Amino acid sequence: MSEELYNRQILEAARERPAAETLADADVRVDKDNPLCGDRVRLELRLEDERIAQLAHRTRGCLLTRAASAMVARFAVGYGLEEVRLLRRAVERILAGEDPDPRWPELAMFRPVAGIRSRHDCVRLPFVALAEALEGAAARTQDCGSASAED
Amino acid sequence: MNPGVDDLKAAFPIFASAPRPFHYLDNAATSQICRPALEALLRFEGQERANVKRGVYRLADAATRAYEQARSRIAAYIGASKPREIVFTSGATLALNMAAHLLEPRLGRGDHILVSVAEHHSNLVPWQMAAERRGARLTALAVDREGRIRIAELERHLTARTRIVALTHISNVTGLITDLRPVAEAAHRVGAVLVVDGAQGPPHGPLLVRELGCDLYAFSAHKMFAATGAGVLWIREELLDELPPFLGGGEMVARVTIPQTRYAEAPRRFEAGTPPIGPILALGAAAEWLMGLDWTVIRGRERALLDKLLHELSRLSGVRLVGPCESEGRVGIVAFVVDGVHPHDVCQMLDQLGLCLRGGHHCAQPLMDAFGVEATVRASLAPYNDEEDIDALVEGLRWTIRRLR
Repeated sequence: MSEELYNRQILEAARERPAAETLADADVRVDKDNPLCGDRVRLELRLEDERIAQLAHRTRGCLLTRAASAMVARFAVGYGLEEVRLLRRAVERILAGEDPDPRWPELAMFRPVAGIRSRHDCVRLPFVALAEALEGAAARTQDCGSASAED
Repeated sequence: MNPGVDDLKAAFPIFASAPRPFHYLDNAATSQICRPALEALLRFEGQERANVKRGVYRLADAATRAYEQARSRIAAYIGASKPREIVFTSGATLALNMAAHLLEPRLGRGDHILVSVAEHHSNLVPWQMAAERRGARLTALAVDREGRIRIAELERHLTARTRIVALTHISNVTGLITDLRPVAEAAHRVGAVLVVDGAQGPPHGPLLVRELGCDLYAFSAHKMFAATGAGVLWIREELLDELPPFLGGGEMVARVTIPQTRYAEAPRRFEAGTPPIGPILALGAAAEWLMGLDWTVIRGRERALLDKLLHELSRLSGVRLVGPCESEGRVGIVAFVVDGVHPHDVCQMLDQLGLCLRGGHHCAQPLMDAFGVEATVRASLAPYNDEEDIDALVEGLRWTIRRLR
């Protein structure tokens, strides 16, 4: 099981270095911890028109979390909230043992994780961080919009 | 009955049924259940099941007698002076939370609780919560670079406002045994009580809890070769009648009227509601069986295995021990990291070879911080472990390092 779990794609993705670990002009920063092991993903986003213009992450974790962070970094630039939510659902599909969403065939590397319940959160962590970052940004935009309208 | 240690695996049903290879080295998390405990659990739930303490029919009366017999057996195993000092809980975590609630009325604003950096979260978070509720102050004894609690700094922490000292008996990360006697003496000198997290104590043999000098001692059944769902809070008899009840409900009362309730005598006043009867009977059976073993031989064997484990790990390139490199003053619990490979990935790979080890922070994040690591791999021994388990672990680590680094 572990041989298949630690497949070549996961090992290679986990070794990918992020283009940036931090952004000087980040609009959003999210820290997410895995309570099981203390792993942590710090995600920073610069947004333009509510879409991700630039992404940086610092991931301290296992191979699965690092590979998942690499996928987030690979996919997310240009995405808005809707695409990020679809991506989250695609990850859940994989973890449920279903076929990968054709929009993100690379997620198939995580298929062997479906059978290991205790490692699902390792894969989820960066995707959850991404969704929370964008949802938080959207909520703030909405608040500011409401405030302006009331003003 | 005094079975030899060589056939100990035969006393644990899982070793006959688990797919091979099977090397169970996660005993500090949960040990395997011994046959006498499993049989007691199944016998009660399948043939002798009834509630305790109230029923007068024969089945209920037998259950009550068995329940109190378990209390006596456990009291004997830990060296309690009387069975009434044994309070049953659902586990060590509830026992420690209960201790915090029982002692909380002693805390006033500005009073002090002393813990250590080496504590399991179960012996830290309940005290943080109690301190927050009462406006008390909490400080922690530091550890040295090998994880030993700095007992020498005790006097610097203790003041006339210290009400509670809460320390681990044996670290669940390093296996180091705390020298509790001087702690108890110092705590008592300032009028504080000493609460001990004993989760890792009783699995390593019978003890004399009163000689440790502590006032309350918490442990769980599932680490002591019995079932999940039961635990014990030992309370020194001198304190038993002073402490208020924690949970209210049936079984813990003497007389209830609408305006007020008179509580039952200890230990019943601390055991509200139906207890986990089956797991408690299993714990009693485990205690009696363990008492029959030759612990001089078992402890000697555990020490030899621990020496071998430490020696082999220290020779492996890329493996770094977290905690002491020697077996002196500790039990068979060893934490380590593999450079460049996350502990969860190590454990996942080892699982492929039938090796069961825990990776993570072991619910001891302040200790991980002190060691400067996020997580470790942990191997923890029980009397049924043998040299084959150690050899398999070392070979598994070599394979993991070749594959993942």
